Order: sequence, then C-alpha cells, then structure tokens
Amino acid sequence: MMNALPTSSPFVHSDNQVQSLMLQVLAALLPGLMAYIYFFGWGVLINLCYASVLALALEALMLWLRRRPLLTTLSDGSVLVTASLLALALPPLAPWWLLFIGLIFAVVFAKHLYGGLGQNLFNPAMVAYAVLLISFPAQMSFWPVIAELSHYQPSFIDSFKLIFFETLPTGFGLDALTSATSLDTMKNLLDQAQNIAMIKKEPIFGDFGAKGWEWINNGYLLGGLWLIYRGVIRWHIPVAVLGSLFLTATLFFFLDSDVHPSPLFHMFSGAAILGAFFIATDPVTAATSTKGKLIFGFGIGVLIYVIRTWGSYPDAVAFSVLIMNMFVPMLDYYSKPRVFGTTNHPMKNDDHAV
Amino acid sequence: MLWTFHGGLHLDDHKALSANKAQIPMLLPDVLILPLQQHIGLPATPFIQVGDNVLKGQMIAHCGSRFTPHPRSAPIHAPTSGTVLAIEDHPVLHPSGLSAPCVVIQTDGQEQWRERQPIDDFLHAERAVLHRAVMKAGIVGLGGAGFPSHLKLEPNSIDTLIINGAECEPYITCDDHLMQHNSDEVVQGACIFARIIGGVKRCIIAIEDNKPQALAAIQQSVAQLQCKTPIVVIAIPTLYPTGGERQLIKVLTGKEVPLGKIPAHLNIIMHNVATSAAVYRAVAKDEPMIARLVTVTGKAVKNAGNVSVLLGTPIDSLLRHCGCDRQNAPVMIGGPMMGMQATTAMPVIKTTNCILAYDSTEMPAQQQARACIRCGRCADVCPVQLLPQQLYWYTKTKDFNQLEQHNLNACIECGCCAYVCPSHIPLVQYYRHAKSGVRQRAVDKKNAEIAKRRNEFKLFRLEREKAERQARHEAKKARTLNKTEKPEDNSDKQALIQAAIARAKAKKAAQQAQQNQDNTAL
Ligand code: SF4
Ligand code: SF4
Repeated sequence: MMNALPTSSPFVHSDNQVQSLMLQVLAALLPGLMAYIYFFGWGVLINLCYASVLALALEALMLWLRRRPLLTTLSDGSVLVTASLLALALPPLAPWWLLFIGLIFAVVFAKHLYGGLGQNLFNPAMVAYAVLLISFPAQMSFWPVIAELSHYQPSFIDSFKLIFFETLPTGFGLDALTSATSLDTMKNLLDQAQNIAMIKKEPIFGDFGAKGWEWINNGYLLGGLWLIYRGVIRWHIPVAVLGSLFLTATLFFFLDSDVHPSPLFHMFSGAAILGAFFIATDPVTAATSTKGKLIFGFGIGVLIYVIRTWGSYPDAVAFSVLIMNMFVPMLDYYSKPRVFGTTNHPMKNDDHAV
Repeated sequence: MLWTFHGGLHLDDHKALSANKAQIPMLLPDVLILPLQQHIGLPATPFIQVGDNVLKGQMIAHCGSRFTPHPRSAPIHAPTSGTVLAIEDHPVLHPSGLSAPCVVIQTDGQEQWRERQPIDDFLHAERAVLHRAVMKAGIVGLGGAGFPSHLKLEPNSIDTLIINGAECEPYITCDDHLMQHNSDEVVQGACIFARIIGGVKRCIIAIEDNKPQALAAIQQSVAQLQCKTPIVVIAIPTLYPTGGERQLIKVLTGKEVPLGKIPAHLNIIMHNVATSAAVYRAVAKDEPMIARLVTVTGKAVKNAGNVSVLLGTPIDSLLRHCGCDRQNAPVMIGGPMMGMQATTAMPVIKTTNCILAYDSTEMPAQQQARACIRCGRCADVCPVQLLPQQLYWYTKTKDFNQLEQHNLNACIECGCCAYVCPSHIPLVQYYRHAKSGVRQRAVDKKNAEIAKRRNEFKLFRLEREKAERQARHEAKKARTLNKTEKPEDNSDKQALIQAAIARAKAKKAAQQAQQNQDNTAL
C-alpha cells in the first residue's frame, strides 16, 4: 500500500518544517551562549535548562486543559525558543521563582490564552520580561560582575545554590557579585552630569559596550547572520532595527557627543542585537510583508533609543518590541502587496480590473 | 529584455528520468475509451451507434449538441479503425472522481484511415479554411488547460503570438521531446496560427533555459523555414511557474494581464508548443486530434520516457507498455505541483501530458498540519502576490467578503505556497474549497434575490387584488346607494375615480415588478 498522499496538489514539499526552523533558532543562540558562560559562569546554562523543562511542562498543561493534540504541538519547539530567550534576557543568577513567574506569563497568558502558537499578538518572552521588570526591579538588576573585575567566577555548584536556594558563596556579599549594567551606569552617571569620556573610564566598559557583553553580542550577531544565511529569518527586521538605532544614535552623537554615547555603544549594549535577530523576528508577532517588516523594525530601533535615553528604564528592547507588536495588524493591513494584474492598491480601490 | 514576476520556486525537476530518451514506440491497445468531454466547455455529442465500424480519424462526436453545434466545445475522432463497443459511463479524470459518458471502441489493428484532404499550401490558404480545419480537428490546449483552440484564433487585434514551451512543472518532458524531435511542426504550426489570426506582428517561442537541445532545434527550424511573421526564440530563466500564461506574458513583455481579463486584452494570444504541432498536423496532414505525446515517468516505471499515445488508451495498458505493472494503484496525471491523483483504469485524454507512477520515496506522505506561524514564506513565493496566510485564515473563518477582497479568485493554484509552508498546511486544498464556496455563495445570492423579488411581487399582487376588490365593492355600494337613496353625485363619482386611479397605479407597479424580475432572470 502506498503512503497517504495529500488529497490534492501539490504532492511535494520543501524541507521546511516548523520544528527545524525552531531548532535552527536555538542552534544560532549557541555562540552567544558560549561566550556568556565563558564570561559569567554556569548560571545562564542552569537557567536555560530549567526554563526549558518548565516551559515544556507548562505548555503540556495548557494543551491538556485546552484539549489540544499534545505531541504534535509540543514538538514544534516554539516554547523552547520562548523559554531560551527569556532565560537569556534575565540576569543569569536570578532566583528560580523569577523565571517561574515569567514563564507562567509567557506560556499561559501571552501564548495560550491568546489561542496558542500563531494567534498571540505579543511576543511571549517579552511580555514576561516586561512584567518581571515592572514587578521585581531589584531582582531584575541582579547582574553579575564579570570575573575579570570581581576576581571570582561562581562555580557550577555555587550558581546552582544561588539560583535555587539564594545562598551566597561564603565570603562574598551580594554587592561584590553584582553591579549595574553598562546601560544603567551610563544612564546614572549621565544623570549626575558627568560626560561620556569620563564615564567610559569606569572599569565595566570595554571598547564599544560593556566588557564581556561585547563578545556575547558578537556571538549573537554571528548566530543571527547564520539564520539569515539559512533563510530562517529574513534580513529586513534585523537591519531595520539596528539601522534605525544606529542612525538615531549617530544623529544625537553628532549633536552632542558629551552626553550622547556613540552609536556603537548603543548597538553593543543591552539586548539590542539579541532583540534585532532573535526577538523582533518572531514570525508570529512581527509584521509579515516586506514593507511592514521594515517599518516594524525601524520603529523598534527608534523606540529603543528613545526609551534608553529619556525613559525611566535603562534597557528598552522588551518595551519597544511590545509597542511595535501592537501596530502589526495595522502594518499588515496597510502594506498588503499589489495583487498581480491589478493597478490599484487593494485598500484604495476595490475596482481591480482596470 | 526579460522581466520577472514575484515569487516562484526553483524545484527539483526530476526531468532526467524521462528526458532525452528515444521515443517509446506507440501502443495499439484492444479497446479505447474516449470521454465525450476532454476539454473545457460543453461535452461533444456522439453521432455513431453501438456496432458501427469507424475509420481512423473519423469524427464520432460533434461540437456541442447535434442540432445546434456549439463553438465552445470540440469534436472527437476515432483514434484508430475499429468497432464501437459501447457508449457508457466510465471513470474519468475529474476532481469529483465521477464517471462520465465515453465512447468505447474495439480496435481492429488495421489502422485504416478515412479519406484525408490535407491543405498543402497552408501558408496561402484562406483564413476561414484554416480556422475550420482547426475546429474540425478537435484541437484543444494541450498544455493542460484543454480550452478549445479555435476559440483562441479570432483575429481581434492580436499583434503578439506567444508559443509556450516553458514546461516548468517537474517530471514532465513531453514538450521538450516534441520540440527536439518535431521542431519543424511546432514552427509551422506557429506560422499557421499567425496566418489564421492575421495581423500578428511578432511571434515569440519561449523555452526555459533548462532545455538547451529543444532551444537549438527550434532555433534551427526557425532559421530554415519560411514564415511571413518574424519569429524569435527566447530562452527564459527556469523558474516554477513560468509556464503559467500570465506569468509567461509578464516575463516576456513586462505586462500584467489585468485581473479578470484575458491576454487578448493586451493584444496577446498564447498557445502551447504541442498545440502548435497539432494544428500543423491537422492542417497539413488532415490528421485530427487522435494521439498525443505523453511522458510516462516516475521511479516505479522501468522504461520511463515519452510515448505517442492514442487518445483513449487506458493508463494501465500504457504503464505495462512502459514496464510498470501497477494495477489499481494510484498514479498521478500531470506533475506533482498541479497534477491530480488518478486510477489506472482511466484513459489518456487530450490534456493528459504526463503519467507519473511514483514510488513511496518520491512523494512524501502528508504531514500533520500545524498552526500557521505567520512566517510569510507563502506570501514570499506566491506568483500572484496574494497573501496566502490571510486567505487561509479567512477560509477557516468562512469570511467570504474578505476572501473576495483579498482576490482569492486570482489564485492560480500553482501550489508554491503549500510547498514552502513550514507548518505543512494544505493551503491549496483550502483555497479550492473556498473558491467553490464563493461560487456557491454567488449563486445563492442570485437565487435569493430572485426569490425575494418573486415574493415581493406576490405580496404586491395580493395587495393589488385586494385594492381592486375593495374598489369594485365600493363602486357597487355606491351604485346601490344611488338606486335606493337620493343620489349624491359627487361621492359616487369620487369613488369611481378613486377606483380607476388605484387600478392604474396597481397596473403600473405590476409592470415594473415584472420587469425587475425579468432583469434578474437574465
Ligand atoms: S507559510 Fe504556512 S506557516 Fe508560514 S505564514 Fe504561510 S501559511 Fe502560515
Ligand atoms: S496556490 Fe494560489 S495562493 Fe498559493 S502561491 Fe499559487 S497563486 Fe499564490
């Protein structure tokens, strides 16, 4: 007996599969993840594994509650991407309950209560991040100090204890292990009316952004470019996000370079690169048309700059993505392509056959 | 200069299985099953009886009905000499999987021709004579559509004739084979087309650049043969679905045929290479549409290749002839992107360009469809620039207004979107379903409108009758009053006048309603 073909054409299919797309996204995170572990220890890996298991469990629970096929949906890998992005976005030694709460928001509220994969308006990982940032600002700024400065790299066991039991390694206070991020420092010191040249002398800064983070971001950049090369994502959103961030930053940098950090600092600090290649490109919550993608990315880039510079939160990727998510239906609606054989834009005139 | 269209796919073409092989000799099966409808339009009407002897090439069914020949149809001829065994229903290739009336001929092996009257000097023959010859030969678009060719030969201000040799669908090589081996016929057919249409300023023969031998052969024939119309041979980039009529016109001319219009709107007409060769044979050899080149291919076929097949040949005997003994198993007719599943009991008809006997490694089983992740890959490849993911969404929610607004009807069912969809959603299947829904809705709407008018008219008629009765009654009462009491001239007259006015009004309204109804009926 022959295998069951589709009931109508086409009978052949490309190799594209949702699972393989998601797996490639996960694989593309590896270079950045490796740099992360190198500079900040095992905490991030522990969080990543913990988040993945928890996210799968939550997704399974929701599918069961919603009476949806369990295995086909679980195996699509989308929830693993959400979990990984959230784990990478949170401080690597954040206590376990932070991820727990975050994942409940991501998987239960932002994804399944909207109707599951494909139906959600907002990027689940970013919804969770925003909720956590607003609710637990202290824990969300629990960023580790790069080993080079603290002369201490938490071991695997130490990291594990920190995350799950919140016990500090003997002989270290919390202050010794954590510090503000480069964006934080920049913002605070600028508020104290210092100029950039002085600020950049602070030990946490490297050549472009913060020490260590520059390399992690290079890793993300590498992974992101690979995704474009593989055709998993298209170039429009990353280029638009980073391009508009760069342009806006350049504009202000030239206006007054004493109080406005360089465009490269903006690109290599915080989650700009991770956001541009991995978060804003989430197909479900991004615009779909080429024009729409460009506008979507452009909006995110500008918003990142605006919120970083004038907002009350140091980093802005999550808020920028969420704000632009709201515009996606409108962008898609107004950027519909011109259908072959029609002269008018479909929205302007219904009389196509001219 | 060449243009491009949006999207499209570079497919694994699997053409090597059947291409560039010697032609497989023809097969003369015992019985031929000839469906009366092998084209778009009205079915042909048989005018032979069971038991009649027929000669090869003899017409056995007319265009349309017997007494009113209808141009939107094509006649059918006996592919070889023999006896009519039956006129009965038989399974045929149709999306609904139904049977349809067929003429069954028992062949006698003599291949005895009817008398033939070829038009030798076809380049100087009269247009009407040539046109009639094409119509009588029952030629239809052999690229797969099956639209009667004589309908596409009217002179209406056509200035560009395009002969389509793109053959972009995977696996199929019959046009390639024809162009390589019968290039003269293709080119002469183009000359005849130009002669019939008149006023053609240029003729383009377009061939995908993955067929260099066909290109060379056609080029040589064009150089050698005399044709009044200038013919250019153009190699076009290989990209699915370049062979689509509208896509090919865009590639060659940069123009888009407006939605809802036909190419003639741009003074362009397009015929397939095989149709062109068939027209040549019909005119210059008086050989009607009784056989065609068919690609028999797929990994289940030992001796894959191209074979000239008599129409009506059952697919199973053809497969056996090519070294594939697959009985009662599904095969595909046409290619994997736009073809249909068929059974081996079905016959080869005018539009059958390929029989694909696949094995399980070639065609993957349908994967479980997942949720649409709005990745937009479908929209990236759609040659019509539709938004397949939106169409899918509106199909699921049965939002027919949005489906119309998003131009569902412009979808050419090329399958590009479903091919790339990472969620394996059978998009084209949804669209076919939705299209029939849209059609049905249009019919329903019209019927409802008619019913509504009828009902309105009925209510109105009842009303009118009531008014008339009332008026009569009043008048009568007035007359009675007149007799019994002191006549009151005024009121009596008034009543009569009122009644008359009411009648006139009613009559006028009735006429109007009737007119409305007639309009809708039209
Ligand atoms: S390709 Fe499939 S999953 Fe992607 S947008 Fe189109 S329908 Fe949705
Ligand atoms: S099948 Fe229709 S919607 Fe899909 S790619 Fe082809 S034309 Fe576009």
